[in-house]
Amino acid sequence: MNASEWLPLVFMALMGLAMLAYVILDGYDLGVGMLMARADDAHKDRMVASIGPFWDANETWLVLGVGIMLIAFPKAHGIVLGALYLPVAAMLLGLTLRGVAFEFRAKAADEHKRLWNRLFTAGSGLAALSQGWMLARYITAFQEGWQYTLFAACIALSLAAAYVLMGACWLIMTGEHELQRDAVRWAKRAWPLMCLGLLAISLATPWVSPTVRDKWFRLPELIALLPIPLMSGLALLALRGLLNSSRIIGKLCWLPFALLVCVFLLGALGLAYSIFPYVVMDRLTLWQAASATSSLQIIAVGCAVAVPAIIGYTIFAYRVFWGKATDLKYA
Amino acid sequence: MMDPLLLARAQFGANISFHILFPTISIALGWALLFFRWRWLRTQQEAWLQAYRFWTKVFALTFALGVVSGITMSFQFGTNWPGYMEKVGNIAGPLLGYEVLTAFFLEATFLGVMLFGHGRVSERVHLLATFMVAFGTTMSAFWILSLNSWMQTPAGYEIINGEFHATDWLAVLFNPSFPYRLAHVLLASGLTVSFVLAGVSAWQLLKGKAQGYTGKVLRVGLTAGAVLIPLQILIGDMHGLNTLKHQPAKIAAMEGVWETEKGAPLLLFAWPDEASRSNRFAIGVPNGASWILTHEPQGEIRGLNEFKGAHPPVAPLFFGFRIMVGTGLAMLGLSWLGLWLYRRAGWVAEALPRPLLWALSLMSFSGWVATIAGWYVTEIGRQPFIVYGLLRTADVASKTPAAMIATTLVGYLIMYALLIVAYVMVVKRMAEKPALANQPIIDPALKPTGLEVSA
Repeated sequence: MNASEWLPLVFMALMGLAMLAYVILDGYDLGVGMLMARADDAHKDRMVASIGPFWDANETWLVLGVGIMLIAFPKAHGIVLGALYLPVAAMLLGLTLRGVAFEFRAKAADEHKRLWNRLFTAGSGLAALSQGWMLARYITAFQEGWQYTLFAACIALSLAAAYVLMGACWLIMTGEHELQRDAVRWAKRAWPLMCLGLLAISLATPWVSPTVRDKWFRLPELIALLPIPLMSGLALLALRGLLNSSRIIGKLCWLPFALLVCVFLLGALGLAYSIFPYVVMDRLTLWQAASATSSLQIIAVGCAVAVPAIIGYTIFAYRVFWGKATDLKYA
Repeated sequence: MMDPLLLARAQFGANISFHILFPTISIALGWALLFFRWRWLRTQQEAWLQAYRFWTKVFALTFALGVVSGITMSFQFGTNWPGYMEKVGNIAGPLLGYEVLTAFFLEATFLGVMLFGHGRVSERVHLLATFMVAFGTTMSAFWILSLNSWMQTPAGYEIINGEFHATDWLAVLFNPSFPYRLAHVLLASGLTVSFVLAGVSAWQLLKGKAQGYTGKVLRVGLTAGAVLIPLQILIGDMHGLNTLKHQPAKIAAMEGVWETEKGAPLLLFAWPDEASRSNRFAIGVPNGASWILTHEPQGEIRGLNEFKGAHPPVAPLFFGFRIMVGTGLAMLGLSWLGLWLYRRAGWVAEALPRPLLWALSLMSFSGWVATIAGWYVTEIGRQPFIVYGLLRTADVASKTPAAMIATTLVGYLIMYALLIVAYVMVVKRMAEKPALANQPIIDPALKPTGLEVSA
């Protein structure tokens, strides 16, 4: 296999990883943002404090993911973002509002704080919904028709529910006392929504996409793939069981979050299998969309050095702020 | 119906203009913070720590606005200029990629440690985090300006089947206009921050809210401004000569020269009229432009008529250039005057005349005016090309319907306008309530995390 064959594969994997890292990391940020609508004022500050030191870097994974698409698969970047013009604009609007509300809510006059809190929630919600919408449009190769629109709407809601559950599990892990108990309640409410969403996606995706149907429903692939839905289901059931247990208030507070991360990993695996080897479903494979090999080589060198460093100092930053969230003070 | 190309340009232009306001501050402010932080470690004067704390908050706010608008940009490359990445992706891709890999993550990750980590990590690690953030923002500027300069003065490439391929990466990276542009932009950032520091400090003095650090920060701002502005004028001149060599049409538009002429005047004011291809109401210094650009009174400057159909619109460049230079001259006058008066007052900030403080306050964001004006000169000056002389902007624009671009453009514009107002108002409020920044170094309520992180 020569470089022009395996380098696009490497970049596809890297892009997938960056997107997955984004969905997990900013997923809990956005979930916490949406949950803020339910919390009282003291808890709101604590909730923001729990994601404060991380969100900037979390969001950067999105830039890396889109950046890799831009630099390694430039032809796909144009097609995908052109087709997703409006949801992309909506997501950017949401992410902008969420990001600036972080700063403004802490620094604005008290009478404006409520407005920024609302914008924080609205921005998080808008970003989550539009990401779900984009995912659905992407999987269905941007086809037009009522069933595709319905599918997109369903996935938008499901992803938002999944993020809310993620945010709630994050708060079970990092929150204390009343906030932690609230988080358990929120998690219980978000759980059925997310499960319903996941089930709907799993059933609807083969229905709206013949490519996906052919890849999953044939033997022996189906048997080899069965562990993915089975393990996801088990993880989700275990998560629901845990929410009833008092142990998650104490020592096992990290477990719901960890289980949910597993579900996301499995989902990403299933998705990757469905899409491969396309960058634009049914239209453009990753080899057709790739940049010149010499350009990919140049970036690969950078990635080989920079990505481990990024992972290293990300772990460092998480270690610095690990543990229960306390009130954040500047400097 | 409006032209989709113009709308796409307006939208990208609006986003990039909004974006650049914030890195322009955060690049140099990062280094200013490092300076405050270092002064505190050296002198152990509490005032420097307080200055660091106060300006860290401004930095955090600025950085957040820069990040969100930067993310928007990474998407708009694809939504607005799909053809650009298809044709130039092999060259633009690696440069953008290196920015994300070496700069974006560095600054975003260490920002958390810098903002909230004091007391959780050792002093040395915290100083290092502050350095990483400043270094990251500067690296960002390095990569982005390299790509931007390459689009102005392409080098080190070959074109195969309409797609650009790199033949020499060093030539791509250090293309002819890059060193001048990088220096010009970094100095612009330094000047913007100088005047923000001085202006906000002056406002605190005017409002009777001066803190122990206000006078020190004012002195830092004025000194930096007074030192950087002559450097900027020198670099700006060199940048102009470089542009004359590689992009003569841009210079002709900046100077309002229609016909090639020897001994061209330096126009102080005029109304360039593209319909009649001439200037109205021109007031100029004879031979001035020739003297500045060729350093000879009878030097020849090629006129716009030599580049018919391939030169940028004249009026935005002509006026943009004058606004930038005018703001620069005002900065020169005010920083030197301010420094002289401050020194005469024995470095007692309270003794400074109020008109000076008012002037400084009004000039707080003058760096933005000069930066945006200069940016328009160079970017509009590249038109009608996206890669100068090689690829036309119209050929890479998206096929998105005009109505869709117009709708989102309006949305972006409203949001950006509101955010700029909110930003300036919040900085003003923070200046007037500096007590908010006076927190103990280590919050007594902060529980030990049970984890010692040290270098």
